[in-house]
Amino acid sequence: MFDINKIREDFPILKRKVNGYPLVYFDNAATSQTPKQVIDCIVDYYSNYNANIHRGVHSLSQEATDKYEQARNKIRGHFNAARSYEIIFTSGTTHGINLVANGFGSFLKEGDELIVSAMEHHSNIVPWQMLCERTGAILKVIPMDENGELIMSSYKELLNENTKLVFCNHISNALGTVNPIEEIIQLAHNVGAAVLIDGAQACPHLKPDVQKLDVDFYVASAHKMCGPTGVGVLYGKEEWLNKLPPYQGGGEMIAEVTFEKTTYADLPHKFEAGTPNICGGIAFGAAIDYLNSIGMEEIMAWEHELLEYATKALEEIEGLRIYGTSKHKTSVISFNIEGVHPYDIGTIVDKLGVAVRTGHHCAQPIMDYFKIPGTVRASFAFYNTKEEIDVLVAAVKKAHLMLA
Amino acid sequence: MTIKEIQQDIVDEFSMFDDWMQRYEYMIELGKSLPLIDDAYKTDDNLIKGCQSKVWVHAELSDEKLLFTADSDAIITKGIIAILIRAFSGHKPQEIINADTAFIDEIGLKEHLSPTRANGLVNMIKQLKMYAIAYQTQLN
Repeated sequence: MFDINKIREDFPILKRKVNGYPLVYFDNAATSQTPKQVIDCIVDYYSNYNANIHRGVHSLSQEATDKYEQARNKIRGHFNAARSYEIIFTSGTTHGINLVANGFGSFLKEGDELIVSAMEHHSNIVPWQMLCERTGAILKVIPMDENGELIMSSYKELLNENTKLVFCNHISNALGTVNPIEEIIQLAHNVGAAVLIDGAQACPHLKPDVQKLDVDFYVASAHKMCGPTGVGVLYGKEEWLNKLPPYQGGGEMIAEVTFEKTTYADLPHKFEAGTPNICGGIAFGAAIDYLNSIGMEEIMAWEHELLEYATKALEEIEGLRIYGTSKHKTSVISFNIEGVHPYDIGTIVDKLGVAVRTGHHCAQPIMDYFKIPGTVRASFAFYNTKEEIDVLVAAVKKAHLMLA
Repeated sequence: MTIKEIQQDIVDEFSMFDDWMQRYEYMIELGKSLPLIDDAYKTDDNLIKGCQSKVWVHAELSDEKLLFTADSDAIITKGIIAILIRAFSGHKPQEIINADTAFIDEIGLKEHLSPTRANGLVNMIKQLKMYAIAYQTQLN
């Protein structure tokens, strides 16, 4: 059973005060908080079996290796990948995207086309722009509408036999829109294009089934899923990962090295040069265990309740506009109040202990679309409460009074 | 009045307030009373980098004294730049170069002094001083 009070007990940070007020943490879309189960796992690693992996013959190294590979397998299970070597540990979503973008360059020629959605995070735009500059490929954009939904008829028109790769987020970080990725993937496959889905914002809320989606690449970050920062995952279909050249050279990723020639290690090690974030990978596994102990469906249901509650309360504030009004959205509310700069609202509510994000959320094209400098973004997690939303609403009202 | 004396005046004014909310309300008032920059000067060249909100500052020399005008699209930022302008505008470039900025701390805006802070108070001070250095070079 979903017991919010019991869940909150798991998060030590939720007890602290900020600027003299109890912390209300609504910046979950940027980074989630860490439950003691994950913190304990980190302490356990450094206290009991900290060692380098895959190399040592000694017991400690073997223990660390086993735990790291167990974590990989947990992640495999969570994403329902067919094989654990299709799970590549990365430093985060951005790293995963760059890894694929860099390798994909060897398949592209001038005039090939890549398709991106209009609501991407900069990290899912810039690496591809760099790739286009390098290869002469062309970047095309799926437009969005006033509700913050992709215009699928335009997407269909963009697809053709020159399309080589489509990349799109599963859920928009700035708007919360859940994109119809099943359809996006299928349509791309119909013209022979591969698809990369940025799942950074989706994985805190739902469990993607990479086999059912038939997606070619799926990337996510641990730190948005109650795990530590600096670790993430790239899922890739085996045939794609075999085709892609290595991203970084170094130890761990080689089979044999002479000065004449190096042969690369098998998957997944081919893409994991150097000593990885061992503790981070293991703690990522602990975070996934934690999320599953609560249940992704229960998490989604509670967050949906919070979203509806907050949307209704915020909409009652005069002059407040919410950006991203898709029926399919997660617990993210981006808003502005007429005549007030989002930065000002963020500053005042912070003084009242409420942590929200302000700015363009690394998604400037979305802000340009709505012709605004940025928004205030409140993003809720399963450990948040309706009482905290009441605090946010009161803080926003107070800010509005002061600033108007 | 010297820069130091003006800064002391500002510190005295802010010391009348008991809590942050009153201080911010006063800062917002100061922002609203800021003499607006001429639209012609609201150019990208006059934009201060490193701020989440936009801040434009224009400087001109008149009678060997440096006059600043500024604007921002965020009102708290405008309040902060208004305080800086009150302290620095109308003084000789060398005086501005030599002025210290400890009064920011004393009026309870220390949190805005962090170089990583998105509103870029540090960048604003740097920009005002840069103007002073540039005009001082002209005068030399």
